[in-house]
Amino acid sequence: MTADTVISCKNAWKIFGADPKGYLGSMPATHSFDDIRADGYIAGVKDVSIDVYRGEMLVIMGLSGSGKSTLVRCFSRLHDITGGAITVEGQDLMSLSEKELIELRRSKMGMVFQSFGLLPHRTVLENVAFPLEMRGQDKHTRRERALEVIKLVDLEGREEYFPRELSGGQQQRVGIARSLAIEPDIWFLDEPFSALDPLIRREMQDEFLRLQGMLGKTIVFITHDFDEALRLADRIAIMKDGAVEQCDTPDQIVLNPATEYVRKFTEVIDKARVVHAGVLAQAGSTGDGPPVDARATVQDLARLLVHDERAVIPVATDGKVIGGMDRAAALDILLETS
Amino acid sequence: MADVANGLKVTATGPAQWTRGKVAVALVAVAVVLTVLRYVGLLPDALFRIPEAMIPPAAVWLDAAFNFVKDDLGLLALTRTLTEGLEWLLDITANLMFGKRRWPFLGPIPWTAVAGVAAVIGYYLDGWRMAALGAGTFIWTALIGQWTIAMETMSVLMVAAPLAFFIGLSLGILAWKHAWVNRAIKPILSVLQTLPFFTYLLPAVIFFKVGPTAGAVATTIYAIPPMILMTTLGLQKVSPEVVEAGNMSGCTKWQLLRHVYLPSARTEILVGVNQVIMLCLAMVVLTAFIGMPGLGAKLLAMMGSFKLGRSFEIGVTIVLLAVMLDRMSKAWVVKQPEHFERDTPWWRRHWYLVTGVAVFVFFCIAAQVVPVFAEIGRTQNFSQGKEIDTLIKAFLALDPVQNTTQMIRYVLNVWILNPFRDFLLSIPTPAFILLVTAFALSLGGKGPAIYAAIFFGLVALSGWWDRSVITLYSVISAVTLAILIGVPLGIMASRSEKWSRRALLACDTAQTFPSFIYLIPAIMLFGVTATSVVMSILIFAMVPLTRYTIEGLRTVPPEMTEAADMAGATRMQKLISVQLPLALPTMAVGFNQAIMFAFFMVIVAAFIGTQDLGQELQRTLAGTDLGKNFVLGICVSLMALTFDLTIMKWATHRKKALGLPD
Ligand SMILES: Nc1ncnc2c1ncn2[C@@H]1O[C@H](COP(=O)(O)OP(=O)(O)OP(=O)(O)O)[C@@H](O)[C@H]1O
Ligand SMILES: [Mg+2]
Repeated sequence: MTADTVISCKNAWKIFGADPKGYLGSMPATHSFDDIRADGYIAGVKDVSIDVYRGEMLVIMGLSGSGKSTLVRCFSRLHDITGGAITVEGQDLMSLSEKELIELRRSKMGMVFQSFGLLPHRTVLENVAFPLEMRGQDKHTRRERALEVIKLVDLEGREEYFPRELSGGQQQRVGIARSLAIEPDIWFLDEPFSALDPLIRREMQDEFLRLQGMLGKTIVFITHDFDEALRLADRIAIMKDGAVEQCDTPDQIVLNPATEYVRKFTEVIDKARVVHAGVLAQAGSTGDGPPVDARATVQDLARLLVHDERAVIPVATDGKVIGGMDRAAALDILLETS
Repeated sequence: MADVANGLKVTATGPAQWTRGKVAVALVAVAVVLTVLRYVGLLPDALFRIPEAMIPPAAVWLDAAFNFVKDDLGLLALTRTLTEGLEWLLDITANLMFGKRRWPFLGPIPWTAVAGVAAVIGYYLDGWRMAALGAGTFIWTALIGQWTIAMETMSVLMVAAPLAFFIGLSLGILAWKHAWVNRAIKPILSVLQTLPFFTYLLPAVIFFKVGPTAGAVATTIYAIPPMILMTTLGLQKVSPEVVEAGNMSGCTKWQLLRHVYLPSARTEILVGVNQVIMLCLAMVVLTAFIGMPGLGAKLLAMMGSFKLGRSFEIGVTIVLLAVMLDRMSKAWVVKQPEHFERDTPWWRRHWYLVTGVAVFVFFCIAAQVVPVFAEIGRTQNFSQGKEIDTLIKAFLALDPVQNTTQMIRYVLNVWILNPFRDFLLSIPTPAFILLVTAFALSLGGKGPAIYAAIFFGLVALSGWWDRSVITLYSVISAVTLAILIGVPLGIMASRSEKWSRRALLACDTAQTFPSFIYLIPAIMLFGVTATSVVMSILIFAMVPLTRYTIEGLRTVPPEMTEAADMAGATRMQKLISVQLPLALPTMAVGFNQAIMFAFFMVIVAAFIGTQDLGQELQRTLAGTDLGKNFVLGICVSLMALTFDLTIMKWATHRKKALGLPD
């Protein structure tokens, strides 16, 4: 997998306070989040090691203040990390010169901000065209492109409005359009849909899934919404007090929570909707009879699981049997949370 | 002396509040003893006033230092070079505004064109009323026959204000970017803000050419500090997420400043612009003292020869200009851009620009055909100077009026002002310093007390003690009278929402008037006398007092007054035991401002003829007595700073103690 790692984060620290570097250097390695706070510092990101792979959608979840936005800001070097190392496309972020950093951001990165970060004195059109303008694109081209994405986020007819004349959801869509305009390879989305109504939210999710699937974009996505996470995520990272508690596929997170905290955190999720047949399939005893599709969730198979009397049900991808699913285990998952 | 020692010993042991009082009482006691000794003739002269021989020749040293900087370091050569550029700019505006025979030989712009453009700008900023104010101001100016002098003033303002804006903006950006610039600028700014304006004037005259150039320089320097402060403030307030959005869009540093920071700090920067314009106007009028022609010079001349009618008319012009500039620039602060539908044609998007240019061109052409559109001649104007003059003088000559003003003058002079002044002058210098120190100690604590002692000690060493005391006497008596009138006014106004709003509006408007204006009513009523000085300071100082009294009372938390109501307090009880104590810290800010204004005004008023520092200062302007000018300026500054430090310290301390927000 390493060849396909886009962002690689090794023991990254981000500490807020008077003298973060000095403090981190002198701090005992065993210090907990609370110990650090007692010393007057805040560990926004605490010893995080995580890789983001090309073309995947990594969803970061966690309670408010757990450091999600801070981590993403470290990925884009809006924050300089206090310790550790982060490389993007093989380049060490911290060793980039200002010029190289600007170049990286212009050519590769895009970000949607939690509270939008729109320029108050520019119209919708000018806001969306802003990154293009900074790259020195000519007026005509950037206008065309901006109009295109404004249409995509359903803001046609408001091109000349100023941010203060828009609703929260509309402002958020301007923020989304601004990052869509440049179609970056690496996309940081900090709660990009939080202010949208369910209908538009779904449209936007589909749009991002489409872009990711078609163009192979790498997306780091922050959300508080489990449904959204499950719909979008290839992997989910769960953060607490600045540290990543677990980073894995949704199935693994609900089936094998790494810590008590993750278990508690994922308790509310309906597991049957998350766990796929493919994950439950065990090589060896494949069972007999017609197989089920590996991509189906337990919930999708509910009727079959209840009525079928086989102890082991074969699971297949593209018609090829990959193993057998223990029906009792699957039934447990189905019944446990309902 | 034993008393003092005792007091100091207690300091080490007792609770702070108590000992502070004791030390203060001890200081006062010593002062009283010294004064009494003087009265019975036992105090040696050397302890009464510092002997001439012991006074260091500070003026001479300062002169030497200035001469060194000026000639040996070649500063004069530098400033003379700068002068040329500035003069070129001033010539352009002078040519355009009132037709001075200089390049580009286009002016003067017809007054109708100026009024028309002002109306369009006013309409663009805030609708019809602003348009009427804009046009009305210029129409009045033209019709009353003051167009040329008003434009002389405006032509300097038009150079000084943008210059102050750009310099202030650049320094503000630098101070925000580099902590060390900020650290270097901050103390300079606070000194600049207490230095009396006269200390700006003379160096300007010496280093730059007399007349408009020196006036423009003094005006510019005077207006820079608030622009720096507002710029830094605005840039610091830009939301970090907007900056991050800029960063992620790949902005370079310059792009970030140009496209993200500056536009986002628009509001604060425009507030700075408003302050720059108002300070420039205030100062440009005062540059009359260094012989700059314009409204100020004319007013000075008219008041000097007691032509009340013309003074009044010029006063109205200045007030109208001030109100117009203030309202328009404030309207600009709150004005937000409006959007146009897509595909709106160019001329519709820039409708106001198009109209403005059209109006301008129309009147320029019309003026070629109809001469009164271009200029209103001497015989055509509507000035009623003589008539008003006769009217006012007749009114003042009426028996009841004359009796009243005479009586006020008599009572004030004979019973209050003169005895008070003579009393202050009879106090030995060391006793006086002890008294001021005791005052600073009991209000502000140790820090301000030490400053008070040092500052007044320096004043004593300056050799201008008597005049300083007379200055202080004018300030104290005027502010005391202002308190007696302004505070009750404020209390009455604060009773109802409606009146508070009106009174605040009146105060805010009055604060935009250049200080000169306040001399007019005083002179009208009391002639060119010392009473007028006190009266003009009184009116000037009353404005902030009333303003802050209302503000202090209005911001008393409602739950506290409600608690008093429930306890069955009468209105008076509530006022005295709840509202006033809580409002006092805010009111103190008003006292402080009143005192600062008074120090400022006392110097302006000096031209009426007083015996204080102001008059000496004005005399230095006639010559090139730079050293003496600075010594005098610093005396005023030191006394003002003592009060400023003490009162502000008390106000912040008190606010914290009462748990009120800053
Ligand atoms: N610039 C900063 N200076 C000091 N502390 C900061 C700064 N930015 C974030 N923090 C602190 O770091 C911690 C993590 O903040 P962060 O914004 O990353 O949380 P989050 O997980 O994004 O929360 P939310 O879901 O509410 O957006 C918080 O305790 C916050 O107070
Ligand atoms: Mg966040």
